[in-house]
Amino acid sequence: MMRTSDLVSSAARALRANPMRSALTALGVIIGVASVVAMVALGSGAQAQVERSIASLGSNLLIVVPGSMRGGGGVRAAAGPGAGWDSLTIEDANAIRQQVEGAVVVAPSQRSRAQVIAEGLNWNTQVEGVTPDYLVARDWEIAQGRFFEDSEERQARRIVVLGATVANELFPNVDPVGQTVRINGGAFEVIGVLASKGQSGFGMDQDDIVLAPLTTVKRRISGRNRRADSVSQISVKAANEGELNRMQQDVETLLRQRHRTREGEDDFTVQNLSSITQAAAQTTQVFTYLLGGISAVSLLVGGIGIMNIMLVSVTERTREIGLRKALGARQSDILHQFGLEAVTLSVAGGIIGLVLGVLGAWGMTSLFNLPLVVAPQNAAMAIGFSALVGVVFGAYPAWRAAQLDPIEALRRE
Amino acid sequence: MAPPLIEAHDVVKLYQMGEETVRALDGVDLSIERGGFCAIIGPSGSGKSTLMNIIGALDKPTSGRIVIDGAEIGGMDDEGLAGFRNRTIGFVFQSFNLLPRLTALENVELPMIYGGIAPAERRERAAALLHRVGLGDRVAHRPTQLSGGQQQRVAVARALACRPALLLADEPTGALDTNTGKEILALFSELSREGATIVLVTHDAEVAAATKRTIEMRDGRIIADTNNERISRHDAHV
Ligand SMILES: Nc1ncnc2c1ncn2[C@@H]1O[C@H](COP(=O)(O)OP(=O)(O)OP(=O)(O)O)[C@@H](O)[C@H]1O
Ligand SMILES: [Mg+2]
Repeated sequence: MMRTSDLVSSAARALRANPMRSALTALGVIIGVASVVAMVALGSGAQAQVERSIASLGSNLLIVVPGSMRGGGGVRAAAGPGAGWDSLTIEDANAIRQQVEGAVVVAPSQRSRAQVIAEGLNWNTQVEGVTPDYLVARDWEIAQGRFFEDSEERQARRIVVLGATVANELFPNVDPVGQTVRINGGAFEVIGVLASKGQSGFGMDQDDIVLAPLTTVKRRISGRNRRADSVSQISVKAANEGELNRMQQDVETLLRQRHRTREGEDDFTVQNLSSITQAAAQTTQVFTYLLGGISAVSLLVGGIGIMNIMLVSVTERTREIGLRKALGARQSDILHQFGLEAVTLSVAGGIIGLVLGVLGAWGMTSLFNLPLVVAPQNAAMAIGFSALVGVVFGAYPAWRAAQLDPIEALRRE
Repeated sequence: MAPPLIEAHDVVKLYQMGEETVRALDGVDLSIERGGFCAIIGPSGSGKSTLMNIIGALDKPTSGRIVIDGAEIGGMDDEGLAGFRNRTIGFVFQSFNLLPRLTALENVELPMIYGGIAPAERRERAAALLHRVGLGDRVAHRPTQLSGGQQQRVAVARALACRPALLLADEPTGALDTNTGKEILALFSELSREGATIVLVTHDAEVAAATKRTIEMRDGRIIADTNNERISRHDAHV
């Protein structure tokens, strides 16, 4: 019975005898593992990015908007300012707050586009009339200054809170808090700046926004072509994700009662952000598997390279194998020796490939501005998989070596 | 009387070459005592190597029974055969068969690795054996850095590594010049005097005469079996 230490040192010696050949053989596995690791990391990074940016819209959130969803495609019917566009009201929001169980925060808001001017600079942006609850519903944070109070909202005070993009555009060099901006000819005091949220999952700059009290916006900014109490959106936040589906149904039922509409003829749409997040995450996950699968093919090719070289090596060393058998090597000793050579090649290739793959993933993710995600279990899997490649593709050559007839082998030149 | 070390009964080895059947061994009966020192001679193709390989458990006979050191080879599986080659047989080949990447010491260690002997003991025994065959100052040399005679000495040391009951040598001097061949033969004689059982194949009548017993083969059969000691003693009287 051969000792493990002798087995290891004989495999190492055999691989060192042909360093160039060993390196080139391992290269196949190196490239395979590196590309799998890099691709999976890139895909996971994209996935994390999508999840993060969708989550930045607000978590556990239902968004009610006027107009109906056409079909299942998620495209809102192109409802102009005509029928159905003004269908949501502040009373609807109040009713949801009172009657839908589990609604932690209900925040009606009115959005309109406007030109914002400050000391010669101007910027066309979204002005959103909101209540202080909106901040909670959408998980916004205040970076500077403060947000307005419920009382200020009711009094329709001329105050605004700027999104980070607007603040940068209008006040590149000064602290915006305390400054004055002009919207639709009226003067508004800036009382705060929102913390940056970056791009949403749909490519919009979420920081390109101005928040103002809802009543202020309705009276002074959005104009008179709308019903006095209409809103363009109601955000409903649930305590946890598990309640979202039930709450979506409750909101729909309630609004149908209030609007006297039947299912299928709704003049409103309830969007569930968590289901959108899931769908997007699933898409990127499929993408990740696809990338990983394609690069796994190169790992397969690397494995075939190992098999090829091991077969060459067995042929070259036939006489040595015959001699070892004549000196008392058992079939299992020969099997282990050649098997270990193959596994050593593939695992060494796997480790080097992992390092190169992580470096490559780091390069690509920083190029595309994605988060770098390397899960330890993925790294362990890469090493384990390359060992498996060595076992699978080394098995046949090693078996061939073990089966050699000592007399035939010794006679070979 | 102790049973002989080698007992072969009606050993037949056939090779099928297309239509034709080659009778490499055609019913060989043989018995060799412990401590024997035999030479097998005969023309090329007479079956000498075939017989050696079968005795050394490298090859299997087509039929017949072989018992060596009390063990019947025919019934052994791979593990049994490997153990038998490792512990009972020491092989010396015409072409040395040293591993070129290993030093002389490591080559001698090789059978002990398969015998599961601990590294420290292995090294000590290998060094002692190399010293014994006169290569105490060549332990770190690789085969390519040694002369043919020195390589064959390393091979003899390797054959002795696991203290085998039987030393088999197929034309051990065949690849050496006359003088070097004589030195190797002298080494075998010494080992024989120390009690080893040795069977060697040779084409050289002088080499055969130096052994105690000469077995002559032709066409796969043993045609003569001579005791050289009696002859030499008889010669001495005359
Ligand atoms: N693998 C084989 N296949 C077919 N025939 C074989 C094989 N090995 C040996 N033979 C035949 O068996 C016979 C005996 O061969 P063997 O090698 O034993 O002869 P030998 O006495 O050792 O000859 P030499 O002195 O030339 O070494 C020869 O006729 C040879 O052709
Ligand atoms: Mg021969």
